[in-house]
Amino acid sequence: MTLVQRLHNIPAVNQSPALRAFVTAAWLGWQIESNWARPFLFAVYVIARPISSVLILVIMYSVITNGATGEPIFAFIYFGNALYILVNSVVTGVSWAVIEDREHYRVAKQIYTAPMNTYAYLLGRGVARLIIGSVSVLITLTFGVLAFRIPLDINVLLFLAATIFGLASLSALGVILGAVTMQTARLQTDLGSLVSGGLYLFTGAIFPLDVLPSWLQPVGYLFPVTYWLEVTRRALLGAHAARFPTFAAFSDWGLIGVLALMTALLWLASGWVYSAALRRSKEEGLIDIETNF
Amino acid sequence: MAALEKDIIRSQERVKKLHGFALFWAVVWARAYPRIIGALRQKSWLFFETVFPLMGVIGYIYVYRSVNAPQEYIGFVVLGGAMTAFWLNVLWSMASQLYWDKEDGNLEIYVLCPAPMMAILIGMAIGGMLMSATRAAVIIIVCSLAFGVVYNVGSIPLLIAVFLLTMTALYGMGMMFASVFLASGREAWHLANLMQEPIYLVSGFYFPVKALGALVATAASIVPLTLGMDGMRQLLFPSEQATGLMPVELEVVLLILLGVLFIGGAYFALRKLEQIGRREGRLIERRR
Repeated sequence: MTLVQRLHNIPAVNQSPALRAFVTAAWLGWQIESNWARPFLFAVYVIARPISSVLILVIMYSVITNGATGEPIFAFIYFGNALYILVNSVVTGVSWAVIEDREHYRVAKQIYTAPMNTYAYLLGRGVARLIIGSVSVLITLTFGVLAFRIPLDINVLLFLAATIFGLASLSALGVILGAVTMQTARLQTDLGSLVSGGLYLFTGAIFPLDVLPSWLQPVGYLFPVTYWLEVTRRALLGAHAARFPTFAAFSDWGLIGVLALMTALLWLASGWVYSAALRRSKEEGLIDIETNF
Repeated sequence: MAALEKDIIRSQERVKKLHGFALFWAVVWARAYPRIIGALRQKSWLFFETVFPLMGVIGYIYVYRSVNAPQEYIGFVVLGGAMTAFWLNVLWSMASQLYWDKEDGNLEIYVLCPAPMMAILIGMAIGGMLMSATRAAVIIIVCSLAFGVVYNVGSIPLLIAVFLLTMTALYGMGMMFASVFLASGREAWHLANLMQEPIYLVSGFYFPVKALGALVATAASIVPLTLGMDGMRQLLFPSEQATGLMPVELEVVLLILLGVLFIGGAYFALRKLEQIGRREGRLIERRR
């Protein structure tokens, strides 16, 4: 019996159409991501991409500071970028699934006519990338601790709370982008990557928000990712985490509170946006369009 | 009825058969057409493909600002950020495209019709450049104005030559990769992903490539963007000459060699792949 069958046999899953769709989609996503690649290539892909992205910043930083990796700002940049891998993974995983189903596997019609919860399905399709992203984050953080001697001082409870709300908010953002993707042609770069790349600017991922002009700094407060990154840094680095004026007024659990509230709002918004997008896609005949030009 | 059909056939303009270079040229524009028209038809990409990448590049600029880097480094990021548009285009809209075309059923049509495959790939490149060039131009113009980047162009003809040679070699590389990715089947997606950030790193998109050490930087010169960006930085920011990987003139020669190598490689790889595909019946298979 496969893992997905075992999960389906759990009464709570079996009796909930949403959970059934979620589990099935997660399993499907994992098959697509992993089974069709050679294990070596897959492992290299999981390791090389995140390590490269973080090394870009390490070199940028080192070129200017002559390798002052012991400074708190270095740990700030390194951890921010490492954690940001999850943003890209989750957001892209969900939104790209729309393109895959619609234009690559051409199963959009079957999915949207099947008796299942398609919101839960879309959410589930992001799980595979979440798993891969989590492994990449773990590898990147371990690499940073070993290679650059970044000191860890982990607050487990704070980390778990930050992770739960952070991932929930990212998933909701992914669904919103998935809903937008349903309305657009296949772009050269997928929407999830574009948005997560763009949010680099406002979320304090790779530089403190204080560096931004004062009129731009408030934009950063609008995104849950900003709070998630700040509180996760604090949860992992403890007293070694660089503190900047933008979040000085927030306690650790105060940040969690704001993150939880924003996550709840984002989930509500994602449900509404998804329903509206689905309705419009049906009205406009966009459910199964192919735009591979 | 028969008379009516005859009239309809007569009234239709006969398509002139093309041969040789005329056919090649027509195919180039036939393949470029859907990309250009597709881009013009749904203009939302203008927002998504320019605003968000622009924000990402500005993010890297602020990384340098946060560590008080010299102003010249802002210019390095702007140039590198603009060039990412071309690299992404080569990876996702050139190298991976034949695989997508095969999955969509277009590849078998390409092979069955008398259109030269090289012309199809060149058409893809030309059509894709519309989006990439727009994205690159927006990044350069907005960032240069917003962050006061000063360019001291020594030789404009040389700068244009370096850029054009870089593009030729880069898209030649994309054409060659199209065959390689097609042969790799469903792993194409992983391959493209694998070549994104690692190439940003080794080609020095956001820092002078020499910072990686002469050995790594020289090895990375197999990617035309490494040499192209190093050359353009030397020409745009004269003090970069002290940190350039090699003299610009040498980089021009190497870019010409890379262009010949990749375009020749693309030609042979396509022929080989077509032979194998025909023999093993893999041109029309779809492993979904």
